[in-house]
Amino acid sequence: MARLSPQPFNLTLAILAGLGALFFALPLIGLLVQTPWASVPSILADPSVKTALELSLIASLASTGLACLLGVPLAWALARLHFPGKGLLRGIATLPMVLPPVVGGVALLLAFGRRGLIGGPIATATGFGLPFTTPGVIVAEAFVAMPFLVITVEAGLRSMDARFEEAARTLGASRWTVLRRVTLPLIRPSLAAGAVLAWSRALGEFGATITFAGNFPGTTQTAPLAIYIDLDSGRLPAAVVLSLLMIVVSLAVMVALRGRYLGDA
Amino acid sequence: MVLGVGVAAGLLVVACGGATSRATPTSSAKPSGTLTVLAAASLTEAFTKIGDQLQAQDPGLKVKFSFAGSPTLVTQIQQGAPADVFAAADQANMEKVVNGGFNATAPRIFAHNRLEIAVHAGNPKHIRSVYDLANPAIKVDECAPAVPCGTYATTVFSKAGIKVTPVSQEQDVKSVLTKVALGEADAGIVYVTDVKSAGSSVTGVQIPDNLNIIADYPIVELKSAQNPTAAKDFINVVLSAQGQQVLKSYGFIPVG
Repeated sequence: MARLSPQPFNLTLAILAGLGALFFALPLIGLLVQTPWASVPSILADPSVKTALELSLIASLASTGLACLLGVPLAWALARLHFPGKGLLRGIATLPMVLPPVVGGVALLLAFGRRGLIGGPIATATGFGLPFTTPGVIVAEAFVAMPFLVITVEAGLRSMDARFEEAARTLGASRWTVLRRVTLPLIRPSLAAGAVLAWSRALGEFGATITFAGNFPGTTQTAPLAIYIDLDSGRLPAAVVLSLLMIVVSLAVMVALRGRYLGDA
Repeated sequence: MVLGVGVAAGLLVVACGGATSRATPTSSAKPSGTLTVLAAASLTEAFTKIGDQLQAQDPGLKVKFSFAGSPTLVTQIQQGAPADVFAAADQANMEKVVNGGFNATAPRIFAHNRLEIAVHAGNPKHIRSVYDLANPAIKVDECAPAVPCGTYATTVFSKAGIKVTPVSQEQDVKSVLTKVALGEADAGIVYVTDVKSAGSSVTGVQIPDNLNIIADYPIVELKSAQNPTAAKDFINVVLSAQGQQVLKSYGFIPVG
């Protein structure tokens, strides 16, 4: 009976919940109050803002593509295969979610930098190095964003009824056909959710990018880097307007996702 | 041990600066408490040394430093960061502090610096002069345009009449140095003092006087200073023969 009746009103809880909501809302309100609305069009029309936004869009989409390409098979291996050290592998694959991004940047530098573990021999052989290039930005963003895709897709694979795959196999479909025609369509919601989460994380990436890829307009300076540089160089209005734009995009993604994939609207 | 350090510091004072080395401000009260100094990244080694000396002389004093690119520090001051002293690597950034009315005293120039090209140890790319940096195959790193070392680098390139497209724009000179030491960048425009403090991890390629700049380093006591006595004392020490000697030993050009 008690379960069915609505929760009694608890003042303490309500106050704390209200403070919690304010804690999230006040910084946004502060930003809105500080926004120089009159100069928003001129700031958004500034070529440097456009350059940063374009680069952010391209790099985040490319890193999402890279994360899907490598992350879906990794999620499949984690969900379907049994092998020693799987727990450790899952830990490594999700580590960037909790790692400070700047640490990721340092680690990437030491692995893929021009004198890094892998990057060194590649640079010697081909003369190409990832740091200071747009592909470097994509790698940094994928490193930080891919775990979101991996855990979402792995959860999707686990909750999926594996008997559909078995049935397809017994009907003579190859493993590749089963993956393409049965598995991927069935996990489409979690794949979409994982991809959008990874994309929004990539869009907001800062620490690993500036550490590994550097900061140059048009090549490696994404919108978050541009915001930081604007703030640092005393261009607060530009920083505020760009921040606002990032918030609008992120909020739209979160609201859309919450409705469709992450529980009730 | 404290006594020993004190004596050593005293000897250093006598040895380096003669009788008037330690300027004593108005009262005889020794500075104590915590002193917070915001200083340009290029001052890291020299100011840390001066801070250590001060703490040895005044055991009640704790000197805290925050080293970063000058514009970063200006933003912090404008946003109300609690600090006593600000030292910049150029006049433009100091002017922003003065124009905002954040200074308690008039800024004073306490040192000069010059630029140098930092290359990876041993100079594997055989960079001989500024003109080599115009080669697109050479990855050149420099400070962001608002950071003093970035502004100065632009001046050097325009004096040389060359166009250099950097691979990145760093937020302070030490980041440029790191990228060169790591070998990610082939060359970086830094201060003479940075090459000196980096030791064997980088090699310096000199920039001739006719292409070089002279950087002015101003220092000021901030209006928001919680410890004005220590702030004044620190500035006096930096300007004293003792402080100038330390700055010189790190490659700065003393004033006066």
